Amino acid sequence: MGFFVEVLLSGLMAGVLYSLVALGFVLIFKASGVFNFAQGAMVLFAALTFVRLLDILKDSFAPITLSLIITIAMMVMLAMAIERLVLRPLVNQPGISLFMATLGIAYFLDGFGQTLWGSDIYTLDIGIPKGSIFILESVFDGGVLVAKEDLVATVIAGLLVVTLAIFFQKTRIGRALRAVADDHQAAQSIGIPLNYIWVIVWTVAGLVALVAGVIWGSKLGVQFSLSLIALKALPVLILGGFESVLGAVIGGLIIGAGEKLSEIYIGPYVGGGIEYWFAYMLALGFLMFRPQGLFGEVHIDRV
Amino acid sequence: MFYREAGQFKTSYKADQAVFPIFQDRIFVAIWLFLGFVVVPMLANEYVFRAIFIPVIIMALAAIGLNLLVGYCGQVSLGSGAFMAVGAYAAYNFMIRIPELNPLICFLLGGLSATVVGVIFGIPSLRIKGFYLAVATLALQFFTDWTFSRIDWFTNYTPSGSIAVQPVEVWGFVFDSPIRKYLLCLTVLVIFTVIAKNLVRGRIGRAWMATRDMDVAAEIIGIRPIYAKLSAFAVSSFFIGVAGALWAYVHLGSWEPLAFDINLSFSILFMVIIGGLGSIVGGMLGATFITLLPLFLNQLPIWLGINMSTAMVSHLEYMIFGGLIIFFLAVEPLGLARIWQITKEKLRLWPFPH
Repeated sequence: MGFFVEVLLSGLMAGVLYSLVALGFVLIFKASGVFNFAQGAMVLFAALTFVRLLDILKDSFAPITLSLIITIAMMVMLAMAIERLVLRPLVNQPGISLFMATLGIAYFLDGFGQTLWGSDIYTLDIGIPKGSIFILESVFDGGVLVAKEDLVATVIAGLLVVTLAIFFQKTRIGRALRAVADDHQAAQSIGIPLNYIWVIVWTVAGLVALVAGVIWGSKLGVQFSLSLIALKALPVLILGGFESVLGAVIGGLIIGAGEKLSEIYIGPYVGGGIEYWFAYMLALGFLMFRPQGLFGEVHIDRV
Repeated sequence: MFYREAGQFKTSYKADQAVFPIFQDRIFVAIWLFLGFVVVPMLANEYVFRAIFIPVIIMALAAIGLNLLVGYCGQVSLGSGAFMAVGAYAAYNFMIRIPELNPLICFLLGGLSATVVGVIFGIPSLRIKGFYLAVATLALQFFTDWTFSRIDWFTNYTPSGSIAVQPVEVWGFVFDSPIRKYLLCLTVLVIFTVIAKNLVRGRIGRAWMATRDMDVAAEIIGIRPIYAKLSAFAVSSFFIGVAGALWAYVHLGSWEPLAFDINLSFSILFMVIIGGLGSIVGGMLGATFITLLPLFLNQLPIWLGINMSTAMVSHLEYMIFGGLIIFFLAVEPLGLARIWQITKEKLRLWPFPH
């Protein structure tokens, strides 16, 4: 039983990290209807920028703060560039064209980040505690082994979700974002500047990518494969629903737990490595019952 | 001046419904066929066949197949690499397990296997729409990647999991030289293009297009969505499966387990989008463009005489590729086929625009 809980917990914590990437997708999809495949590339770019700046600025008085500020500035500039060069020319195009354009952005960012910062594997250490601890020793025999960095990541992710929720529900800009998400034209006609809103959304998504990149990066090292975690976040998205922040979190937890449990308990019978596709199959199974995901908006077709 | 249909009267329904109703179009196609079958084999050298013509032709076949599904039936699929893999591995298994079978039949059987898989994985499309479906098709992609790399039966228990095949031999005629391979691929492409063109003009193509434009309305006017969507998945995956078998046998010759990964799916989708959704010519133009672009970008620093490390070149390639994709989408979102259409419109008035 203790082992089961241990696997479950490690799965849930991996799931939190998937949720972080999925959150970026959801934000952009909600506000602009763009299915942003470049989120993974943004994670990589943000993490690369951060880790290299940390290296360059390591002799200054506050390396982490300084590189954080510069990275954030770069993500803002990136958001502005994307809005100006990609979204604005492609306004009113079908979703599939925009999706392809974000694939273009993904290619571009992958290339650009590695041209600018090099393509080695960089270790990232910003003081997240390493090592493992035992918890719940009173409940189970021998307790449950948990990695400290996973715990920290979970706390950070939780804080981020709460912040985003407050930002969306309580602030003026958040209300404007929700208005744009509901109806572009209506939002524009009551005086919400669409372009400005898009820049903000992509910036927020960039910041989420930065957080995800730093956490993943300190876990696995900053390398090209960070860009591929977008593929891990996609089943989370369809499971939770494209429009729901809550869905991204819950979906991430389900996928993370399901993946680890299946790998341990089903994997040995079919040859292992089923983590590779299990998340997708799980999400596909869910979709057969709820085609819009768990918390997605139900679309009513009218003729 | 030269390209106008004035004076070409149709006096029968048959003439009116011809694939190419305009005389000049027929001549144009005839010229292309002549170029493809006669002139190119005389002029091109081995490298050009191997690096340009053969991959472009096979990819054009795959792109046409995907276009039937995405462009005509409106079901976005990111699983075309998986269908190619199924086609390739099925053809391989048919060939080694039933050696007396004609390789061409094996290719078709490979396509049919892809069809079966396509129909099974097309079933979710009855319930799931739009991007949800697109992501769901990725399930197939990852599942086949895993199947063909983990289950040794499919690779005939080769130790490394990679497969090497003999040149295709049909009735004692061996397709070993590039020129023969080229002619084989071109013939297949022409046959399949004719089939595709006629499918989309007919009843079934109209059912697809109605489903694409609005599936609820299509259902109301009496098109059964299950029939329309699944037939689109079936035909499309058949095309892509055959393309996969050709890609493996004729182009690659030997391949690794992950030769048909998600990047292949994306590039086929790029071909369809850049070429033009809902256009057969678009599939060909897109395949040409997307296949040649990396070759061109690769050669560019050499032509310009710039010395760069290979890693740098590949990163820059990524950047330029991504940038060009965005540029093309912004300039002509309807794809290269639209540019071709505009050219034809202009040609009708040329050289007297009034």
